[in-house]
Amino acid sequence: MKKLNTLTLASAVKKLKSKEISHKELYADVSEAIAGKNKELNAYLALNTEAVSQAEKLLDTPLAGVPVAVKDNFLTVGLETTASSNVLRGFNPPYESTVTSRLKKAGGVVVGKTNMDAWAHGSSTETSDFGPTKNPNNLAHVPGGSSGGSAAAVAANMCITALGSETAGSIRIPSAWCGTVGLKPTYGRVPRTGVVAMGSSLDSPGPMTKTVEDAAILLSVIAGKDPYDATTGELPVPDYASNLKKGVKGLKIGICYMDHPQLKGTQTEKSVEEAGKLFEKNGATVEKVALSDQLEDNTILNPDYAVGVYTVVQRSEVSSNLARYDGIRYGHNRSTFGAEAKRRIMLGTFTLSKGYADKYYVLAEKVRNLYIKNFAQLFSKYDLLISTATPGPALKFGESEGNPLFGELTDLLNEPSSLSGLTGISVPCYWDKKTGLPLGLSIMANHWQEETVLRAAYLYEQETDFNPWTKEAHE
Amino acid sequence: MATKFTTDDVTHIASLANIPVTDGEKKSLADGFTKTIGVVEELNKLDVSVVTAVHMTGLSNVLREDEVDKKRMFTQEQALANAPNTHNGYFVVDQLIEQDD
Repeated sequence: MKKLNTLTLASAVKKLKSKEISHKELYADVSEAIAGKNKELNAYLALNTEAVSQAEKLLDTPLAGVPVAVKDNFLTVGLETTASSNVLRGFNPPYESTVTSRLKKAGGVVVGKTNMDAWAHGSSTETSDFGPTKNPNNLAHVPGGSSGGSAAAVAANMCITALGSETAGSIRIPSAWCGTVGLKPTYGRVPRTGVVAMGSSLDSPGPMTKTVEDAAILLSVIAGKDPYDATTGELPVPDYASNLKKGVKGLKIGICYMDHPQLKGTQTEKSVEEAGKLFEKNGATVEKVALSDQLEDNTILNPDYAVGVYTVVQRSEVSSNLARYDGIRYGHNRSTFGAEAKRRIMLGTFTLSKGYADKYYVLAEKVRNLYIKNFAQLFSKYDLLISTATPGPALKFGESEGNPLFGELTDLLNEPSSLSGLTGISVPCYWDKKTGLPLGLSIMANHWQEETVLRAAYLYEQETDFNPWTKEAHE
Repeated sequence: MATKFTTDDVTHIASLANIPVTDGEKKSLADGFTKTIGVVEELNKLDVSVVTAVHMTGLSNVLREDEVDKKRMFTQEQALANAPNTHNGYFVVDQLIEQDD
């Protein structure tokens, strides 16, 4: 029999409810995977020692007590929460994040807290104060970040499913590099309450899962208005999983960013083109949205500006959010910040300071508004935009060192959509036989269109062989 | 002309941000900031004269009743639970005002 830790969320719930498997058996296999791999991968920072006894009481809930890995920036009562920073070492949250409250209420069990770039500052998980996470597909490579621990835990079957958070790429990049599914919801679809704040106008918690169906199930659990987060939307939360099979017939899809010189002739370009053909075959209209045609009208398609806007908006919000860590009420003092956090706090302090705020912060917010308008124009023509989640496969350790813009260059493909609050997903679209490393197909849509994103991603996953878990899901 | 950061600029920003920085770190921080702000200054090429501010998902003012939500209140014990230094149920903070004898 296959090890139970390889089950998807959908099948684990089904098998628990039908009593085909017990919680003890499921947790034994998950624990064995963690015990066997965590020392090397460093995906988990803290483990819940009472997970199985908590799970056994939850059989009659929607998630039936499945083990869920949770990024260490979600406040969890009873489990140390550090956001992978020495500043919060030993911090025991006095309240629970809305997302993990909803997860627990629906019958999910937090099996452990996963490693991340410290404060979610980065795209590799190398800036964690507790050591980097390794990519389960190839240990010489980074898992991506900032939600690298969650992606690695899913990829290595050290959990059934996971939660992460994205500011610009932090769900989609590690999902692409680990070969898992990662959904970044619309800004405001999933509450930020109790998630250690990074860029408050950007942060979007979301599911990091084995399959698209699992992402749909988990999104329905965590999405929806939260009275404690005024930026959450009022729209009702649909049962995302029940609408997966509607296909893409009649949808208009634009392929974007793929004529960027850096992507010419790469496997990335080939994989996205093939995805376009697949959608076309299934009844969608697919067009290329060229960079060169659109420079004037569509700033979003010109990646040259994305880094600048994102850097200012994010650093400014970081400096404000991280000002609260004074070491008086909780945590340790400001000398314990790591190098990357110090850089970001200081740059953000500068871009918000007297005499410079207009020159940098206000300008960046204006350009951000151009992006929002440009995307609105694009989505009047297209239902979905597809692209690649990253410029290429996972980098090796150390490849980002000494480059102050490394994270942003890799985030390039995700920043304009994040700055505009859009939703997007990454699903596996290629595996390199030599390195064992995957690529991720990026599918983006307008605000609140998670359902359409999931439909297209589900069709892609069913019609291709890139997802290692879908076969098992069919059994 | 592109903005260039000196080690004195770094000292000033570090004091605004309340971030301890050693003299040895200042040069590389200054160089990093110069490089990053150089990329940011590319934005000046764009015409933003007609841009009006819109909220991403179209939210406008979000209001609530101005009343205390007791469900959200910490007990004094919870509030102090993670504080490294407390005294008689209070947080201990650094002295800001000098004492006269």
